[in-house]
Amino acid sequence: MKSKKLSEIRLSMPSLLWLIIFFMIPTIIVVIISFRNSNPSGGIAPGWSLHGFSDIMSLSFAAILWRTIKLSFLTTIVCIFVAMPVAIFMARAEEKIQNLLLLLIVIPFWTNFLIRVYAWKIILHPEGLLKKILYTVGLIGEHGSLLYNEGAVLLVLVYTYLPFAILPLYTSIEKFDFRLIEAARDLGSGPFRSFMKIFLPGISQGIISAVMVVFIPALGSYVIPDMVGGPGGEMLGNKIAQRVFTDRNLPKGSALSTLLILAVILPGLIRLFIKKSNLKDVLFKRKTPGVQ
Amino acid sequence: MKKNKFTFVITVLVLLFFYFPITILVVNSFNSSRFGSIWGGFSLKWYDKLFNDRNIWQSLKNTLIVAGVSTSVSMILGTLSGYTLFRYKSAIQKIHVSLIALPLIIPDILMGMSLLLFFIALKIQLSLITVILGHITFCVSYVAVTVLARLQDFDFNVVEAAQDLGASSGVILRKIYLPLLAPGLISGGMLALTLSLDDFIITFFTAGPGSSTLPLQIYSMIKFGTPPVINALSTLFLLITFLIALLYQRINTRRQ
Repeated sequence: MKSKKLSEIRLSMPSLLWLIIFFMIPTIIVVIISFRNSNPSGGIAPGWSLHGFSDIMSLSFAAILWRTIKLSFLTTIVCIFVAMPVAIFMARAEEKIQNLLLLLIVIPFWTNFLIRVYAWKIILHPEGLLKKILYTVGLIGEHGSLLYNEGAVLLVLVYTYLPFAILPLYTSIEKFDFRLIEAARDLGSGPFRSFMKIFLPGISQGIISAVMVVFIPALGSYVIPDMVGGPGGEMLGNKIAQRVFTDRNLPKGSALSTLLILAVILPGLIRLFIKKSNLKDVLFKRKTPGVQ
Repeated sequence: MKKNKFTFVITVLVLLFFYFPITILVVNSFNSSRFGSIWGGFSLKWYDKLFNDRNIWQSLKNTLIVAGVSTSVSMILGTLSGYTLFRYKSAIQKIHVSLIALPLIIPDILMGMSLLLFFIALKIQLSLITVILGHITFCVSYVAVTVLARLQDFDFNVVEAAQDLGASSGVILRKIYLPLLAPGLISGGMLALTLSLDDFIITFFTAGPGSSTLPLQIYSMIKFGTPPVINALSTLFLLITFLIALLYQRINTRRQ
């Protein structure tokens, strides 16, 4: 037994140590530095203060924080609603078509991320194609802009994260037994009711992972708002980069990052909570099989 | 089946949405006009400019060095990690699994920021080496998870049987573990390679002077420079991507 423990430690050590040194300790450093003083040359001065958190108290920051949460939330909602029919279609198609569709969905995202964002910048550009079409049709005024606003950020966020929503949904729908729905229909349940009561609970794990992989990365967006958002589309990520690279105020940048760390942990806790209530649902349903 | 028609239409629309911007890029890479909305005639001048841009080739070299080193190191660390997570179920592994899972979900900007502060705190000069250290850190988790998934349905009695029959640990490694781990190792490695080649944010935070990678170069070209050259570059990227996808498909069907 002792030698087994020893070989476990020996084999776990490399990755464990690496992640402790390059992931855990750096994250702790971020939290610590957010309570330090800054010096004018962009370094860290001795002494402790809450000055780093002064950003968070300002009104202009409240707007950015609100926009970050709002855009991440909207991105998640749109992605789930659009990904759902696509995932259902894929899961119910023949295997050959399933594989083809998977490849077709993944290929555009093998191109460089920056290049994809840049492509949207060209399309939405004031001299660009889309503006001209919308202008000719009369949907937009001569000075109306498609670029540099919240809408542009939302569009590109959805474009970027939609495949990340499609894939987990597809995986769980593929495992879902559609005969359950047929059975419910035969027993007189309407299509909407069977969808809500049987299909959605059946694929809840897929929905939860889709929400996680869209919402959390969206909270930390930097490149997309930077390239298509302009000053009216700034998000938390832009503020962090601005504090670090433009103002060279590391404690302020760290304080904002600490906020983001908290925001990331929060959905994790909610997820734990959901898992527990799911468990309760399962137990409850098992106890009352005859009721429904 | 009315529902089938609806899901089909949405799927087609989503695919059009995915390919629309990419098509625009490819068309514009042959457009002699600087502005995307005006067709100035067919031209290859952006490709010509691309091949004569020294910065691009230097940054491509850096990208390949970073991707090569970080993929190899993360494959070793990730395989060990995936194996131990599967083999042992102790308190250590509970910490281990959270350390592997967290980098997968936290936003890139947090990892970039924390690594930057870590290097500053230790007074380590930013260079290509700090970039590589960062890339290894996020690649390890992806390799570990892929290897772990592959091991999930492995029966360890096989190893015990081999031991009982007198196989040495070297033979067991070569004849059982390697063939078993190979598919997971390869797909994990491919994933790490793709992520490393594509990474912008973590590189942006950890790169020093002279260690610009291709994504950093593309970023500065978009921000301050010559966008039509990017169209040409992305068209080449797409071509390579399609070729790799085709090759991958071929290998997969042959295996089946």
